[in-house]
Amino acid sequence: MALRTPLYDEHRALGARIVEFGGWDMPLTYAGALEEHRAVRTRCGLFDVSHMGEVTISGPQAAAAVARLTTNDVGRLRDGHAQYALLCNERGGIIDDLIVYRLDAQRFFIVVNAANAQRDVAWMQANLTGGTELRDESATWALMALQGPAAAEALGPLVQRPLAELPGFAIREDAIDGVTVRIARTGYTGEDGFEIFVPARQAAPLWRRVLERARATGGMPTGLAARDTLRLEAGMLLCGSDMDDRTTPWEAGLGWVVKGADFIGRAALEPLRAHPGRRLVAFQMDEPGVPRHGQSVFRDGERAGEVTSGTKSPTLDSFIGLAYVSGPSAAPGTGLAVEMRGKRLRAHVVTKPFYRRGGAKEGS
Amino acid sequence: MNVPKELRYTKDHEWVRVEGDAGVVGITDFAQDSLGDVVFVELPAVGTKLAQGATFGVVESNKSVSDLFAPVGGEVIAVNTRLVEQPELVNQAPYGDGWMIRLRVGAAGELAALMDAQTYQAHVESEHRG
Repeated sequence: MALRTPLYDEHRALGARIVEFGGWDMPLTYAGALEEHRAVRTRCGLFDVSHMGEVTISGPQAAAAVARLTTNDVGRLRDGHAQYALLCNERGGIIDDLIVYRLDAQRFFIVVNAANAQRDVAWMQANLTGGTELRDESATWALMALQGPAAAEALGPLVQRPLAELPGFAIREDAIDGVTVRIARTGYTGEDGFEIFVPARQAAPLWRRVLERARATGGMPTGLAARDTLRLEAGMLLCGSDMDDRTTPWEAGLGWVVKGADFIGRAALEPLRAHPGRRLVAFQMDEPGVPRHGQSVFRDGERAGEVTSGTKSPTLDSFIGLAYVSGPSAAPGTGLAVEMRGKRLRAHVVTKPFYRRGGAKEGS
Repeated sequence: MNVPKELRYTKDHEWVRVEGDAGVVGITDFAQDSLGDVVFVELPAVGTKLAQGATFGVVESNKSVSDLFAPVGGEVIAVNTRLVEQPELVNQAPYGDGWMIRLRVGAAGELAALMDAQTYQAHVESEHRG
């Protein structure tokens, strides 16, 4: 029996198709994946992402503890700001990707993937340095993500302070209908948007309020199917699919978040930096077919790698994917073939992302 | 769920409409709804000879890929080429513009093995409950 978020009954009432993901019963679609995808690109969509895990690390030495656990440079964070980072094992393999929010000098709020939450918490607890306390708050918080160009217009009237004062990757306390919430300007869609952390017990009425505002601005409830096509177009990785604990940040193209001086895995990663054996590339199909995780990739008849994610991109109206390929095959423009049902279909490497806010880029 | 009375059905959610000695084949309303937005349909070449129950193509949504099975045996005499550019027709009109192939039915007796609308409806409901 899968876990249910505090908003499960809302999804049922909205007629959502429910699917199990990461051990949770989650809404896959409401009106339909394509329609929901387009709503987020043009107006806004409201996602329930309460399955994500939340952890608070606090205490006088909290910054040092977070710096030991995560790959980015937490020392650069100011109060109320966030950074994307990785949790690595001693070999430099990626345990999970996460967002670290610095609430203040002694409190760091960390959001991790649902499927990995228990493992992450155990790992962080086991590797926690002195003078700090770790609390798993996953059951305390419900999380909704309001994403899209109209997200600020939709959310603005519900909050106490102008959203214009909340820059990208910032977080603050605010209130909706008298309930204290945390609002962050973060997301997983490639659009402007907000993630709203609300107390689990008050989640349902707040969801209804935010949804009402989303609808008033031309938006709609949006499910995991749209979330996946949106994040893939935006070139964002899905942990467990595009990377795992046998993948290094160099291979995954995440070297830009390897900044800390002394995190777990740093020593192992350093010598691998110059020569990652394989690289995650974006590709576009030249012949029709949906690339799927695990399909083989070929170059000049030789196996060159493996697909990790794929979809039909609603924005580009073409079939796209991510794949690990050997170094020489990673250059944009390289011709590849993806094997689907025994047939090798032509594709080529493109630059990430497939989609950038403010206008889709042309296929190259 | 729309289950037209005049069609015959397979347990795998294909339908066939008999038109003289030909059969028009597609997937049911239930099937398209279960798949979600269809993004790709692969169909056989005209002239392909299919046995009853043989795989004749593939239908893909972003979430899944499903084989298509011939409800009856026969030779493919037409395919719906519009589905190449507009796979969403399968969702919009599964019994109309979303049709997939037209067969010259080999053995009319094979039609008898298919379900009528009432039986198919009961089949879907029992699958859904299970």
